[in-house]
Amino acid sequence: MTDEHGSPEAGTVGEAVVVERLMPDNPVLRGLFEGFDDVAWELSIGQDVARVPRARWFEFGSAAKEAGFEVCVDVTAVDWMRQRPERFEVVANLLSMRHRLRLRMITTAPRQEPAVASLVPIWPGANFPEREAFDMLGIVFEGHPDLTRILMPDEWEGHPLRKDFGVGSVPVQFKESHKVS
Amino acid sequence: MTDDTKSTQTLDVWVAGTEEPELAPTDEGAQEISTDESETRLDEQFGRVVEDDYVFDDDADPEERMILNMGPQHPSTHGVLRLQIELEGEIIRRTKPIIGYLHTGMEKTGEQLNFSQGGTNVTRMDYLSPFHNELAFSLAVERLLGIEVPPRAAAIRVLMTELNRCSSHLVALATNGMDIGAVSMMIYGFREREQILAFFEKTTGLRMNHNYIRPGGVAADLPPGWKDDVDAILDELPRRIQQYDDLLENNPIWVGRTRGVGVISAEEAIAYGITGPTLRSAGVDWDLRKAFPYSGIEQYEFEVPVGVHGDVYDRYRIRIVEIEQSLRIIEQVMDSMPKGDYRVDDRKVTPPPRARIDESMEALIHHFKLFTEGYKVPPGETYVAVESPRGELGCYLVSDGGAKPYRMHTRAPSFSNLQALPITMADSLMADTVATIASLDPVMGDVDR
Repeated sequence: MTDEHGSPEAGTVGEAVVVERLMPDNPVLRGLFEGFDDVAWELSIGQDVARVPRARWFEFGSAAKEAGFEVCVDVTAVDWMRQRPERFEVVANLLSMRHRLRLRMITTAPRQEPAVASLVPIWPGANFPEREAFDMLGIVFEGHPDLTRILMPDEWEGHPLRKDFGVGSVPVQFKESHKVS
Repeated sequence: MTDDTKSTQTLDVWVAGTEEPELAPTDEGAQEISTDESETRLDEQFGRVVEDDYVFDDDADPEERMILNMGPQHPSTHGVLRLQIELEGEIIRRTKPIIGYLHTGMEKTGEQLNFSQGGTNVTRMDYLSPFHNELAFSLAVERLLGIEVPPRAAAIRVLMTELNRCSSHLVALATNGMDIGAVSMMIYGFREREQILAFFEKTTGLRMNHNYIRPGGVAADLPPGWKDDVDAILDELPRRIQQYDDLLENNPIWVGRTRGVGVISAEEAIAYGITGPTLRSAGVDWDLRKAFPYSGIEQYEFEVPVGVHGDVYDRYRIRIVEIEQSLRIIEQVMDSMPKGDYRVDDRKVTPPPRARIDESMEALIHHFKLFTEGYKVPPGETYVAVESPRGELGCYLVSDGGAKPYRMHTRAPSFSNLQALPITMADSLMADTVATIASLDPVMGDVDR
């Protein structure tokens, strides 16, 4: 899935190479994508995926909500360490109950500053999933009301689902608990 | 521990601090209890502050406010859920669920196990509905592989998941009853569940954590005489459900403690991504089995119960009706169980039959390869969701072309449904807390994963 992703098919007209933009057939999706020239649509094994530039993440989310995607079922991230120019992929799964439609928004975030806009102002339900993505992969969601660790202990260093976080033995957690009581 | 010793600790995959120097070392040093004993830190540790985005009403008398910690060891939190509750007298003003006490890093583990081993991992997430976890994972793997399971495998999957829905809802009813004080309900619920689990044990070998639904089909065919067992369940359960109705429906205490308690509106439920019986109790007709059918469930007739008030009572009623509807599906599956193979005839995915191994070298090699290396899955990413007893259970699977998932993320219904707690509990009485928690039916294994 590395190379062909996000690159629309090229067609030649005369001498110049004209990049033809792929568009979904579904009218709801088509309407949504027409408003965003820089958002690429693709079909990932039969599922609609929007490749959104990081700067337009929030804007596209708002437009998707307007278009009828009233539920943000999930936000997560993937670590493509040393495999992609931008290390992280942030993935949001949207659902439209009205149109019985799913859409996946994907954006990328660089290693040095893995920050994207939070979707909580649009969908309050993105709160826990974004906290989880922050906890597990260290994605910083700007504008999140309470971006704290959710699954790991507050004092934990590092982000366990990153690929450079090793698996292996971990000492017993409360080995020094007698100090505090 | 100094920084030097930290970075020299070797980890299995990468050595932290050498490959990616910008990152903080990621070892377990931070696991130690924090030595910082400042006032704010201790407040945080003792749960004296609630950090959330709630803007408090300034008119309230601060003297009247009190923060109460409930859990994580409270018996009615269904595991290790901790709630920080801000009380004003008897009334709950705000609630913050604190989770992670059961976090075992199963998504990380999922990246270390190959696709055929993955089932053993995901089945332990939501331990009350293990089949749904396996189904979501298997459907995701199959979608990446581009294989279609035979009709018999799909029908067995529907049979097992719907039986599992019954057993899971029975536990929900049982624990809900116990939390409100109807202790006999707890005993009855677990009694009927045991009958279903006995059938699971007969079929899969285990009562829970089956690893029965696997990519490519199911692990084994249904045992001889399975129809009698399922028939017995179909005979028994409707009669028992009638008894629960007699026990609870006509019980003024039960009705009084559940009606109008823990109310959530349809708008709130949709905005917070709440799914399953909790969403349907608010009057939203949404069931993934109808909306995005999987495993051929669209060929069976069933109805989706929808509530009106969005309260604890509606959620209890919905679970009762869902059991009845699941039994309806099971009956149809039994009558129309297709013949044929119970797993896909693709030697790259499913191991060869036992008899072939004795006579064919290739079969032996295939068998060996499948169980040591596993099979490679083409690169790609997909999201597959099934309707678990608690709501939308999704599996986001990314493969880089290897034999192990590159990323395996589970969209856990209990995890998202917990976001409903602050809404449903706000401005309600402290005494209704346990009823509300139980009606959301969170499974902490699913929440923390």
